[in-house]
Amino acid sequence: MRNNPQLNKNGELQHLLTIDGLPASTLRHILDTAESFLGVAEREVKKVPLLRGKAIFNLFFEPSTRTRTTFEIAAKRLSADVINLNVGTSSQSKGETLLDTVDNLAAMQADMFVVRHSQSGAAHLIARHVAPHIHVVNAGDGRHAHPTQALLDMFTIRHYKKDLTRLRVAIVGDMLHSRVARSQIHALTTLGVPEVRVIAPKTLIPSCAERMGVQIYHDMAKGLKDVDVIIMLRLQSERMRGALLPSSQEYFKYYGLTSEKLALARPDAIVMHPGPMNRGVEIESSVADGVQSVILSQVTFGIAVRMAVMSILMGNEAGETA
Amino acid sequence: MELPEVETLLRELAQQIRPRLTPDSVLVGMHTGGVWVAEKLREQLGVKTPLGTLDISFYRDDFGRRGLHPEVKPSRIPFEVEGRHIILVDDVLKTGRSIRAAMNDLFDFGRPASIQLAVLVDRGERELPISAQFVGVHLNVDGHQDICLNRTESGQLSLSLDDAKGRL
Repeated sequence: MRNNPQLNKNGELQHLLTIDGLPASTLRHILDTAESFLGVAEREVKKVPLLRGKAIFNLFFEPSTRTRTTFEIAAKRLSADVINLNVGTSSQSKGETLLDTVDNLAAMQADMFVVRHSQSGAAHLIARHVAPHIHVVNAGDGRHAHPTQALLDMFTIRHYKKDLTRLRVAIVGDMLHSRVARSQIHALTTLGVPEVRVIAPKTLIPSCAERMGVQIYHDMAKGLKDVDVIIMLRLQSERMRGALLPSSQEYFKYYGLTSEKLALARPDAIVMHPGPMNRGVEIESSVADGVQSVILSQVTFGIAVRMAVMSILMGNEAGETA
Repeated sequence: MELPEVETLLRELAQQIRPRLTPDSVLVGMHTGGVWVAEKLREQLGVKTPLGTLDISFYRDDFGRRGLHPEVKPSRIPFEVEGRHIILVDDVLKTGRSIRAAMNDLFDFGRPASIQLAVLVDRGERELPISAQFVGVHLNVDGHQDICLNRTESGQLSLSLDDAKGRL
């Protein structure tokens, strides 16, 4: 086994930092476990006592509503105590370093950190630093990875399409700035999806894209032909430096998902979006709200997937990482 | 040690349960063996309501030591628990810890009118104040051995003695 800071000496998940390098069996185990957590939301008491007495710190150095909220709900449905910290607005602005912040919270008996940071590698840094009994979940680091988003997307695709090994999946939009796309591509290829396409203008595709085993299209009409799954990415205007795009109107004209373009895909194709959506920029409202859209299911499934990740990590024995 | 035939135990259990059955009685089987037993009992007793199934993995008291069970199955309770008379079914009763977990699990679906417990085998060695109302057979077994319920592809149930894995 190659050196993987996410696994303990028994090869079990200790931290979830990236999809890259995780075996298909680990991904499937998370998805299968999430399946059983789905039912918890339908009970009279929407809660199970699994993580009672555990302290989970949501450590968000970058703003996020949906991801933080779904992690919080997931932890609460497992009966853990959740502490939300928007660090961008407190310690860091007073000059405390990332690892000092983490040490202080660890001294408050943290069992898990859920970390969102604008710098790639922040979650890895924390995972290497903390005591062995503390688990770290990457909730998005810079342009690098967003593993739980990719897992919930895989859960959604599996839910609607069952067999992943016969699918054609198109990821459309700003791959350059997208940690979501990177994690999705690793997850799709690991789980045996035979054809993954990326559709985007040349300026929004990273140089490494081809090495990740995807087919690249610049023409959306060609790229969407006969696909089973369309994943739209958000145009990340806040991360764009310099003139990568003429304007968002122009972008919509060429890469926005309209009902005409959707008609090029297979008739039973599903439309996904990790949120938050820019209506009229990357997706037309009638498509976002249409019958083929599964965007809100993604959010619901996200809670079950995050419950699975948290309980699997917390249940795995602490120890030296491999 | 000669283990009894499961068919005989099922007939014995059904006989004990039948006089206590009400029109709104429901059966809930505990994964995995308890579900098999409950399926057979439901057939023999002619219970109309579909079977409930519980996986107690999220309620176990040994999560801290053992982590999450590798194959958690969804709990399915296809009826209103509130006000119901529930017969909880498991294959082997030992410490009583699984039953405690199952009762906690059930209460999160609603407040049942009553819960009774039916087990194929009661092997004693209780660690909690829990008893079964309906018992197929009482067996004394060496503490290092597990009594396991097995099912063939055709659905035939049988008991076997295996070296203990230390599960509750």
